[in-house]
Amino acid sequence: MRVSYKWLKDYVDIPVSPEELAEKMTMAGVAVENIEYPGRALDKIVTGRIEKILPHPNADKLVVCQINTGAEKLQVVTGAPNVREGQIILLALVGATLPGGKITKAKLRGVDSFGMLCSAQELGLDPKNFPPDQQEGILEFAPDTPLGMDARELLGLDDAILELDLTPNRADCLSMVGVAREVSAVLGTELKLPEIKVSETDETIDGQVTVTINNPELCGRYVGRLIRNVKIGPSPGWMQQRLQAAGIRPISNVVDVTNYVMMELGQPLHAFDYDKLKGRSIIVRKGQPGEKMYSLDEVERQLTPDMLVIADAERAVAIAGVMGGLDTEITDETTSVLIESAYFNPASIHRTSKSLALRSESSMRFEKGVDITGCLLAATRACQLIQEMGAGDVVKGAVDNFPAPRENPVIRLRPERVALVMGVEVPRNEIKDIMKRLDFGVTEEGSDFLVKVPLRRGDISLEIDLIEEVARLFGYNNIPTTLPEGATTEGRQTAPQAVTDKIIDVMTECGLSEIITLSFMNPRVFDLLNIPQDSTLRQAVTIQNPLSEEQRLLRTTMIPGILDILSRNAARKNKDLAFFEVGRVFTPLRGEKLPRETLTLVAGVMGKTLSGWRTKPDDMDFYYLKGVLETLLDSLNISAYDIIPETGNSTFHPGRTAAVMLAGRKAGVIGELHPDVAENYRLNERVYVMELNLEDIIDHAGGIKKYSPLPKYPAVERDLAIVVSGDIPASEINRVIRKSGGVLLESISLFDVYQGEQIKKGFKSLAFSLRFQAPDRTLTDEEVNAILEKIQSALQENFRAELRA
Amino acid sequence: MKEKLKAMKAEALKELDAAANLERVNEIRVKYLGKKGELTGILRGMGALSAEERPVIGQLANEVRESLEEEISGKTAALKEAEKLAKLSKETIDVTLPGRPFQIGRRHPLTAVLDEIKEIFLGLGFEIAEGPEVELDYYNFEALNFPADHPARDMQDSFYIDFGVLLRTHTSPVQPRVMEKKAPGIPVKVIAPGKVYRRDDDATHSPMFHQVEGFIIDRKISFSDLKGILLVVARQVFGEDRQIRLRPSFFPFTEPSAEVDVSCIICNGAGCRVCSNTGWLEILGAGMIHPNVLKMSGYDPEKVTGFAFGLGVERIAMLKYGIDDLRLLFDNDKRFLTQF
Repeated sequence: MRVSYKWLKDYVDIPVSPEELAEKMTMAGVAVENIEYPGRALDKIVTGRIEKILPHPNADKLVVCQINTGAEKLQVVTGAPNVREGQIILLALVGATLPGGKITKAKLRGVDSFGMLCSAQELGLDPKNFPPDQQEGILEFAPDTPLGMDARELLGLDDAILELDLTPNRADCLSMVGVAREVSAVLGTELKLPEIKVSETDETIDGQVTVTINNPELCGRYVGRLIRNVKIGPSPGWMQQRLQAAGIRPISNVVDVTNYVMMELGQPLHAFDYDKLKGRSIIVRKGQPGEKMYSLDEVERQLTPDMLVIADAERAVAIAGVMGGLDTEITDETTSVLIESAYFNPASIHRTSKSLALRSESSMRFEKGVDITGCLLAATRACQLIQEMGAGDVVKGAVDNFPAPRENPVIRLRPERVALVMGVEVPRNEIKDIMKRLDFGVTEEGSDFLVKVPLRRGDISLEIDLIEEVARLFGYNNIPTTLPEGATTEGRQTAPQAVTDKIIDVMTECGLSEIITLSFMNPRVFDLLNIPQDSTLRQAVTIQNPLSEEQRLLRTTMIPGILDILSRNAARKNKDLAFFEVGRVFTPLRGEKLPRETLTLVAGVMGKTLSGWRTKPDDMDFYYLKGVLETLLDSLNISAYDIIPETGNSTFHPGRTAAVMLAGRKAGVIGELHPDVAENYRLNERVYVMELNLEDIIDHAGGIKKYSPLPKYPAVERDLAIVVSGDIPASEINRVIRKSGGVLLESISLFDVYQGEQIKKGFKSLAFSLRFQAPDRTLTDEEVNAILEKIQSALQENFRAELRA
Repeated sequence: MKEKLKAMKAEALKELDAAANLERVNEIRVKYLGKKGELTGILRGMGALSAEERPVIGQLANEVRESLEEEISGKTAALKEAEKLAKLSKETIDVTLPGRPFQIGRRHPLTAVLDEIKEIFLGLGFEIAEGPEVELDYYNFEALNFPADHPARDMQDSFYIDFGVLLRTHTSPVQPRVMEKKAPGIPVKVIAPGKVYRRDDDATHSPMFHQVEGFIIDRKISFSDLKGILLVVARQVFGEDRQIRLRPSFFPFTEPSAEVDVSCIICNGAGCRVCSNTGWLEILGAGMIHPNVLKMSGYDPEKVTGFAFGLGVERIAMLKYGIDDLRLLFDNDKRFLTQF
């Protein structure tokens, strides 16, 4: 809502500057977002009369004008096509700053020029707001315009426009009078409402219009007034200026008046060409299936039974509250006008305007609720203005179909409740004063107030609504600052939250940086990731109204998100990438409204670790990422897990992928990205990715770690190098060593893997460092040798392992 | 014999003085004081001495031995020290060379801010709750006092999944979810951080962003308490000198409602580009929980009151770190992420 400070002053005393007013209104809840000074740039521009025009001695297209500004006579050279002697024009004096630059004294083709004659464009104004003959050349004004008058005053631009950022509850401020009421409440100054009365002709409206409301739940009131002998023409300048200030383009006197009254009183009006209404009747009804109508913007609209329409005896002539129809539009030939002033159900207007994607100043007001008590007054105001500008004669009386007039609500306001909610005792007389400033009726009952609230304040129906009024006008910043009293409470996180925090800690400690990606997923990623057609990953939650096709789904896996980020970074030549993300994936559940949301960890690495002059970089390969995984599980006190080869995962390299098993259930996957997938993501290096279901991880995360005593006797270390067939997994060998080593085998650590010339083809050598220890004695060589032999023969039996010399 | 001893001592001292290293000192020790050394040799001639002379020479010999031993150990110490110094001086390194790089990952700035906020509220005795990101219309709107078909719903343009199911547009649905579980228990002190979604994507809006919801319900919670808690939070996040300012606003689920500003962290209220010359930065929305919301979720608004607030994590991260483009937060460029 754009509010002209000058216009506003018609309705309320404002003893403060626009800036101060803006501050006060904002702090009382009607936020002024911005103040615009339309005339700020138009300094040193005054009216002048062209006394004489002479041809330019050196240029055919220029003329030399003598101009009288009242104070002085100036010579100005111009190329404007529409100059005439005797014309009143606007002259930018030397020193004026126009959008095109500063005006200086100049010599144009050898002739001195002291200023510039101004067109609308040169003043930074919209030429369309001026008569057609002036849209190209300089602006021209009435012959009786005083000389030397400031352009701002002349154009009504000596104003400040307050741009209100209204919250949806303050529909009452969608009008000048409404804002004036608010200003009066905030500043405590006097309200000056316009006097609304109209002189009518002897002709009465009786029998000339019938109004039938088929759906009173959707149309609470319908007022019609008739105007005869209408002469369509432009509206007066003052009205055009005010409409422009409000951001509305002037069209013609009748239409301008309907808009003016809407801006002034907040009641949207519609003007029908009465003679084009069939059957002299207005029927407020629902649209019919298949019904169509051209709206004022010349678009054919499909009407539906969900929409309220205004119809005459034969057809729809307007979409109620949203936009009028083309057939009954006001034209230059219109001679009789029916003014509509109605109250429509806000929710219904909201639905209709949304489904047609058609928002208008009118629908915007109706959907927030207009003042049902003000309909007749608004129609009369429009008649008054048309009559006063001599544009028509007002027929006596009005049709007012008001099926169920409403009473003003009376709300009990308890001062002690005010104190409880606000946290400060507001004196009774101050509460009463605030109610009065709002123009609410107040009576007292015992210690309480009974407040009668006018219907224009549709946002007020409960005591708390009144308390809010008290609080905002008392001033939020006059309310003290306290801390809550009450029982001490224990601040805590849930176990999953604590584990999640820990996971982020460990991942960053392991050198991976956290990313955050959007939860959306492009349906194309299933193919990019080589996900089989029958995979459950393809069953994703679908967004009905996504911003784009790429964001149609909710992710069922976090892998595409991190691949996008790796790819984007690689494209920007960011090398050596190590990222992770914690987020939710979404799985639709049959028979449930809400999907399952699973907290998930994804990590992806490519390239090398940091290097330096003394530090050799490490490849961030499978084993790097597996180390991260092992560190993570260890930090969470999870030891009972298996990492086993996974071959059937088409997103990953068939020979370099493993499933993470927790208690026999797959909790995640880790592996090298399949080269086809890497290529799909334009990743030219090997990429290693893991994805873990954190719900599973959280379930298995151990509690407090328990201490085990330090050994009292020394350990014995032995190395064991064996050669086995290349396809035997190390974990199998590990398992056999562990089993055959018995309780005295304290730890096994694999320190070398070799495949190459010194080993048979297809075989590999593994070297383990074994550590033996007993809790109660120092082990002897004989004991250790016996165990070692047992291990060796077990390895031989299970894998035909040979000792490596 | 006396002379022999004296001459030997003088000779030994001379050699010792000239000794340049520990090996040489050891040779000298062996030469003069060893089992087959010169001193032993001289003393072997003691048998020829008279009974009177013997103790005198014996004493002298002991004096010579002690004095030489002392000299030798002094020399040894001096040489060791010199050797150590020489070694240390040879070992000088260029301490200005860079250290070995450790690869440490960084938290995303949004996580860092969230952690900080969580920390503050845990300290104030709040517990942390969560709710689903795909939410029922009931919790997202209805239970929060948004009337059906009301323009207030347009303030938060939603992504719809199905009839009555949408991506939550704010973290506020955690309020009724928690209340339903706890009612009529008090006190309730909860924050709920999380992702939220709105159909907006431009330079200053991301379709997904993060909020932290917070609320208290107890017997006598007032607007002044809300101001108090928010002041604590503003100061802990943005520094002890901060002021806050509350402007009346509207949210369907709180009344009275407020937009909360903090004095500009850049200019301290004087006015600058970041605060658009107002001296204030809007950081969150808040208000007293609407009686209808309490009622719908099982509390009697005549018996308890509460306040709620919701803050935007992106906004706070941007202010705190001076990030001037929201999109950087979801761009995940390594060069950006590793700055935090």
